[in-house]
Amino acid sequence: MRKIRVLVAKVGLDGHDRGAKVIARAFRDAGMEVIYTGIRQTPEQVVAAAIQEDVDVVGLSSLSGGHELLFPRVAKLVKEQMGDQVLVIGGGVIPEDEIPALKEAGIAAVFGPGTSLKEIIDFVHTHVNRAS
Amino acid sequence: MVKKDNLQAVAEAKNKWETGTLQKTIGKYPERHSDFMTVSGSPVERLYTPQDIEELDYLEDLGFPGEYPYTRGVQPTMYRGRLWTMRQYAGFGTAVESNQRYKYLLSQGQTGLSVAFDLPTQIGYDSDHPMAEGEVGKVGVAVSSLGDMEVLFDEIPLGKVSTSMTINASAAVLLCMYMAVAEKQGVPWKDLRGTIQNDVLKEYSARGTYIFPPSPSMRLITDIFAFCSKEVPRWNTISISGYHIREAGSTAAQEIAFTLADGIAYVEAALKAGLHVDDFGPRLSFFFASHNDVLEEIAKFRATRRLWARIMKERFGAKNPRSMKVRFHTQTCGHTLTAQQPLNNIVRVTLQALAAVLGGTQSLHTNSYDEALGLPTEEAVRIALRTQQIIGYESNVAETIDPLAGSYYIESMTNRLEKEAADYIRKIDDLGGAVKAIEQGYIQREIQDSAYRYQQEIESGRRTIIGVNKFQVEEKSRSKIMKVDPAVGQSQAQRLKQLRKERDNREVKRCLAELRRGARTDENLIPPIYRAVKAYATLGEICDVLRDVFGEYRPTEIV
Repeated sequence: MRKIRVLVAKVGLDGHDRGAKVIARAFRDAGMEVIYTGIRQTPEQVVAAAIQEDVDVVGLSSLSGGHELLFPRVAKLVKEQMGDQVLVIGGGVIPEDEIPALKEAGIAAVFGPGTSLKEIIDFVHTHVNRAS
Repeated sequence: MVKKDNLQAVAEAKNKWETGTLQKTIGKYPERHSDFMTVSGSPVERLYTPQDIEELDYLEDLGFPGEYPYTRGVQPTMYRGRLWTMRQYAGFGTAVESNQRYKYLLSQGQTGLSVAFDLPTQIGYDSDHPMAEGEVGKVGVAVSSLGDMEVLFDEIPLGKVSTSMTINASAAVLLCMYMAVAEKQGVPWKDLRGTIQNDVLKEYSARGTYIFPPSPSMRLITDIFAFCSKEVPRWNTISISGYHIREAGSTAAQEIAFTLADGIAYVEAALKAGLHVDDFGPRLSFFFASHNDVLEEIAKFRATRRLWARIMKERFGAKNPRSMKVRFHTQTCGHTLTAQQPLNNIVRVTLQALAAVLGGTQSLHTNSYDEALGLPTEEAVRIALRTQQIIGYESNVAETIDPLAGSYYIESMTNRLEKEAADYIRKIDDLGGAVKAIEQGYIQREIQDSAYRYQQEIESGRRTIIGVNKFQVEEKSRSKIMKVDPAVGQSQAQRLKQLRKERDNREVKRCLAELRRGARTDENLIPPIYRAVKAYATLGEICDVLRDVFGEYRPTEIV
């Protein structure tokens, strides 16, 4: 069976990548193939990388407030260019009342501060399997 | 520290205690863990005694406040003379909104300003640049030109306040804007007090707002050193920062080491540029984090002071005592704030702030309890400021200097941290210095390893975070969150459009061409940047000229 492939991406200008790097390593330790984009990626760059790497999951991170505009833009481009099969999830400092709009826009789950790595990994396992 | 025969007696008595009194208790009631550790993961012994500081020489290693090696503090009277500067980092939205917040903070007894700029400003993009979309005014105030800066400091007397600006890659431009506002207010540059962060090396290793490659970045930094030592002599030209290194996940020893290794690189660059160590040494300042482990943090601050003093004196031959002093700002650790049961964060911040004060900080930012949820509300900011005021005015910890000195644990940990940091610095020297160590990814990897270990300790329950992996409760959703008006981006774009129409564009063009010529030589770039700023050339236009000449930094990502 093919390993789950995950792109971990920092969108916008935010440089806080501790969480993104920790989760990237946790995905890898959980047996997934992980690609990390590095910081300061545009939605277009993220989606191009997702296509090139043929990933099952795009994990977005932003702690600067850029999620509001940029997460939905990635979700839209992923859907247009990769279809519904690819799971888009996000994390960072994201006010609770903004989560419904992000889900509406196609972000399957939003993980805030204090979320355990296990919870995120379990979510990916459950939802990627369901999609394929 | 202790007489030899006494030490022998202590050793024997301790042995007797361990095999007697202690054994009996441990047999019946085992300890909570088989081994104990600090927040940084270093072992913590059950008990510290004179044996653990056997080698400590009071006069050599501790000395007196205001005297080498400054272990006990950089000022002779410390907080008996004046409390630390209470300096809350703030800024959001437009210059108008931030100006109002600064005036509010000053009216509440805050004693210095600390400006947060938004990410486009920090990365040298105007608010209307495509890369700025979605980020304008979010994590700080948007400043694209001198026009914005004039509004930001409107009615704030620059000769009276000290202002810290968290600005790095674009620091030269923002400093010039500040100088231009001062000139307009009729305040001589020699009266300006404050700090620019201007520490680009930690941007590569931990924080991310770099623009140019290391070599031209170092040149901009040394240009600022040289210019300010003559023209703005009371300005702290750099704040060499461990804060972001710690926030990115490092241990306490790594925080000391990677910060001081960056410091060494700046000193070497300035020496290479022909400056004398005692011309710029006194204007170097530092910035550290304060984490949850109160005692480890206190030891960290003390160890840092001693190690840097020794480096400046022994390695660089500094003669002026001011060049040897670590004067530092502290901020409580943002990543320790929990979104769960957020009011608990007030207690965390109190402990972290207490550690900073007991560690001898010169200024302090206390985080607001709601920062894991979003931007801080005004109420939360006020409580954070009050936390410092209660420590300063009510707790009485500021009445004597370095009160924890002489504690067997604190002194042995101070020794250990100094040694561990010195070992790291030797390793970085072997790699060719901080710039090379960053280019090779060594520092980033060390930080990442520590961050991952810390997270795994939380996952496994080895490390307890109240409300996160222990003592959780069901919580109602939290309503009060501060929001930035999403129209900020548009209003900034509008302002820029108008600016570009109204200014003397021929003069702007001439200034930018002059800057381009200067950037290609090795002349000091601050004067041409200042002239461009005065002509209302925008931040983006100035940085674009420099991008053209210097190129942009492209990191290699290692995970």
